[in-house]
Amino acid sequence: MYRIAVIGDYDSIYGFATLGLDTFSVDTYEEAARRLHRLTSGKYGIIYITEKLAAQLKHEIDKYREQVMPAIILIPGVSGNTGKGIEEVKKSVEQAVGSDILFGN
Amino acid sequence: MASTQVTPTRMELTRLKKKLVTATRGHKLLKDKRDELMRQFMDLVRENMALREKVEAGIHSANKNFVIARAGMDEATLNTALMAPKQEVRLEVGEKNVMSVNIPVFESKTRTADANDIYSYGFAFTSSDLDGAVKSLADILPDMLKLAETEKACQLMAAEIEKTRRRVNALEHVIIPETQSSIKYITMKLDENERSSQIRLMKVKDMMLEEAHHYGERA
Repeated sequence: MYRIAVIGDYDSIYGFATLGLDTFSVDTYEEAARRLHRLTSGKYGIIYITEKLAAQLKHEIDKYREQVMPAIILIPGVSGNTGKGIEEVKKSVEQAVGSDILFGN
Repeated sequence: MASTQVTPTRMELTRLKKKLVTATRGHKLLKDKRDELMRQFMDLVRENMALREKVEAGIHSANKNFVIARAGMDEATLNTALMAPKQEVRLEVGEKNVMSVNIPVFESKTRTADANDIYSYGFAFTSSDLDGAVKSLADILPDMLKLAETEKACQLMAAEIEKTRRRVNALEHVIIPETQSSIKYITMKLDENERSSQIRLMKVKDMMLEEAHHYGERA
């Protein structure tokens, strides 16, 4: 049985706790990196992480791209959408096709 | 392009011919695999994009609701209200095989069946905005799970497509032409050897006849 985790700044993620997801609020990105590392080796199937943090943890997150588990998914934080999540989708297209032919605008 | 050293023997020729057949067959199969993967990937990635847009919009509006809810309450009340969640989501993870790519299938299970267990607080001290905010977040959770599934599938398939494409290209542009040119080189060499031994035999025959009959002296 796997669980679902949410990592981000407190303001962006506290709501998810009521739904029954495990929230981990972090302030610095070193802390986030440590937390992510611990969660990926644990019993978490999906890890949602705010785009802002993900931007700084790109290297860490890319490591898990081609692994079946866990799925690391970017979500926008309370401060707004940075477009990083959409970028990740475009990256997949680019990797597969060679250039972004679907959403290239 | 016979850059690599090949020994021009009949055995090597047979080996190379077999190799060429295998390579051509492999190339055809991999090409088919790539095309099918690509077709499925395209559908999946479109779905992924649509889901992502939906989820991002959903989270954005939920966040807005939470900000409003927070404004109507003091920090301490809110923290107490959200301190002990009643509901728990667990994930059943299956695997699906799409063109030899293993993609995860998520199925969520909540600890209790009651949909109202997302409200982990008594309603006495919290504003109704909070209820709305929590509800709006709960509403996008299924989409978020779906997003996680498709996005992971897209990432895994993209990696597989890249790998397959490289293999197809390597076969098409390196292995097959190289083998073909090696085969050509060997057949030419073997033909040449045959001709030269033919000539040698003819020469030897001439010499032997000369020895026996002394044509030169008679003339």
